Amino acid sequence: MSVGKKAVGSVANYMDERVGAAKWMKKTLNKVFPDHWSFMLGEIVMYSFVILLLTGTFLTFWYDPSMRIVEYEGSYEPLKGIEMSAAYASSLEISFDVRGGLLMRQIHHWAALLFLAAMVAHLLRVFFTGAFRKPRELNWIIGVGLLTLGIVEGFLGYSLPDDLLSGTGVRIAEAIMQAIPVVGSYISYFVFGGAFPGYIFIPRIYIVHVLLIPGIFLALITAHVMLVWYQKHTQYPGPGRTEKNVVGYPMLPVYAAKAGGFFFIVFGFTAFLGAVAQINPIWVYGPYTPAQIGAGSQPDWYMGWLDGLVRMAPPLETYIFGVTISWNILIPGLIIPGILFTLMALYPFIESWITGDKREHHLLDRPRNNPNRTAIGAMSLTFVLVTLINGGNDLLATNFDLSINQIMWFTRIGVFVLPPIAFVVTKRICLALQRHDREMLLHGRETGRLVMLPHGEFIEVHEPLSPEKAFLLSSHEQLPALTAPEEDSRGVALPRGLRNKLRARWSSANAEQIDKPTADELKEIEHH
Amino acid sequence: MSQLSRYRNHRFARPVLLAFGLLLAGGLFSAANAAAESLRAEPIAISADKSTLIKEGKEIFNRGCSSCHGLNAEGAGAAPSLIGVGSASVDFQVATGRMPMADMSQQAARKAPLYDEYETAALAAYVASLAPGPASVTNEELAWERDGNAASGGTLFRNNCAMCHNLAGQGGALTKGKYAPTVMGVEARHIYEAMITGPQAMPVFGDKIISPEEKLDIIKWIKAMESEPSLGGASLGRVGPVTEGLLAWTLGLGLLIGIAVWLTAKAK
Repeated sequence: MSVGKKAVGSVANYMDERVGAAKWMKKTLNKVFPDHWSFMLGEIVMYSFVILLLTGTFLTFWYDPSMRIVEYEGSYEPLKGIEMSAAYASSLEISFDVRGGLLMRQIHHWAALLFLAAMVAHLLRVFFTGAFRKPRELNWIIGVGLLTLGIVEGFLGYSLPDDLLSGTGVRIAEAIMQAIPVVGSYISYFVFGGAFPGYIFIPRIYIVHVLLIPGIFLALITAHVMLVWYQKHTQYPGPGRTEKNVVGYPMLPVYAAKAGGFFFIVFGFTAFLGAVAQINPIWVYGPYTPAQIGAGSQPDWYMGWLDGLVRMAPPLETYIFGVTISWNILIPGLIIPGILFTLMALYPFIESWITGDKREHHLLDRPRNNPNRTAIGAMSLTFVLVTLINGGNDLLATNFDLSINQIMWFTRIGVFVLPPIAFVVTKRICLALQRHDREMLLHGRETGRLVMLPHGEFIEVHEPLSPEKAFLLSSHEQLPALTAPEEDSRGVALPRGLRNKLRARWSSANAEQIDKPTADELKEIEHH
Repeated sequence: MSQLSRYRNHRFARPVLLAFGLLLAGGLFSAANAAAESLRAEPIAISADKSTLIKEGKEIFNRGCSSCHGLNAEGAGAAPSLIGVGSASVDFQVATGRMPMADMSQQAARKAPLYDEYETAALAAYVASLAPGPASVTNEELAWERDGNAASGGTLFRNNCAMCHNLAGQGGALTKGKYAPTVMGVEARHIYEAMITGPQAMPVFGDKIISPEEKLDIIKWIKAMESEPSLGGASLGRVGPVTEGLLAWTLGLGLLIGIAVWLTAKAK
């Protein structure tokens, strides 16, 4: 044994005798994880979070969370002598007078955009593969919580520089608060400490942005990852993979190396973006004053769909009992997002109620094998995309020579019409893919090779599938629809008749699929 | 040749050929475009006396403008009367190529001017002779570089212009297909003339609203924005978070997912 190894061994032994971690470490480091690129989306989120913590800490060294009015004396000429908040002045200082400050600000902002983008991509992977099913419903809810917090955190970060663009966003947030019936104006006064914009908003959101939400984030991310650890990671179906095992590689050395390498790639790439692509040039926008506004003011992308909803809302207002209710802000700004996020959080429970499936699932679904769920996902995505398009309607209008009014009407109608179309089309595509799988199992792969038989007939040669592929195409289970009786045997309506009717209806829609080839059918083709 | 033809069935052969073809076509187009640009006449010193200028302007007007604006510039249908619009309007509209209009769309778009400096001056002199109106200016008359203050110009711009022209002066959408054009790459005299005449959907910013000195401040700020290098990396059009979000989703997340796929394939 070399000297080095001996030294390491004795240190490890010393630690183990006192902490007793060897057994736990061995178990942990040998823990097996399944391998797939889509399992790395959540990693991007986590690494972006680390980047955000590091760059964010750097920014706090110079950022001054104060709305005190100062005269700008920094080195950016076109703003010299202009009155602005200390928050904006210090953001300019970070951008122009702190070594590496602009780079750090840009890395921080790019990391924030990627953080949320990767979070959405991760959510889509979990949704479309059914990874949220029992026993992972609670982790799904934690995930929805993380997404909501992430959007809020991003919005607060966007507001901190106190430039004209971010102040405009805060103004809209204030409008949404005020749209809450009866208590809205009180909430707004409470948040801003008086009339908008006041003097305490920036210091307040600063501490929420750098301490409160990151703290909750850390706790929730830990819980999220520990649950994955404890419940074990889901895996895609395949030969040798069951609901009771995990097929993959051990944590050490495979995943430690892979994940460590991926962290540096994500960090390096985000730093590269921060170095070559300008983001949020606050010096161009000028300081915030409520009297000014710019054309083309937009929020960051994760709020863009909300902005699009607000932009498409017709001007509806009612005035009853001395209270004005601004439906045009209340519905798109609070009610619709509230309904959407609630439905999203409850989806695992809704699905298991419809299917009546209360079993544990550790094998993932191929999206085509659950056409209804995949179609619901496509429908929701279409909804968000249509609203996102309207969020950028002014830029679309000027860049593609369109009329902003036409875009607005297209999205106003499209937001109702296109999602159901997306549902139907996606469901049909899934069923067609299932039909294709069945075809492949029964007839094999078309090779495109034509052969002339001795008697002159042409046939195309079909190649039988490999056993692995055949297993993959046929291993999923197909549950029958629930039957929930509305009436008892004598024709008397049951107490929960309507509920049962609804459930049976949804369940039969959910169970619509192309039958897998039966064992007999498969046996038959082996003979010819 | 045989070296090259060896790769003709390579799976990248077609995309590479296509990219090459597109590059060639694009290159030829921009070369031809640049040649056409350089053919444009250099400014000519306008030495003719005023009455000849007005006479020549009347002739150009009858040939090029009267079919819409009427033989006496009295206007008809969609074309407004030009009596009293002054030489500033003519200089702005004609020298930026907005007039004559290419088509009857929502708004006259900026394009290469049809008339040279002399013809424009003649037209301006003719229209100014019909009735008094805002007078055109020359770039030399506007001492924005000496007298302008970019910082107060920025504040004025954000107070008066940004709601249509965007915070960074990149332009923005108005209703029903109309738009506020970008103010980048516009000559100082045209910026000034636009403010005093209020072309198309733009309001007039008379000297009582924005004094001539303040107008120079605004020009100075616009020119400062124009010449400012893109700080912190390639500008994404200075149009705010839409292009940033697009880049984050396409190149950003796209590339990271590509790397995840590659890493997974590599590990096997």
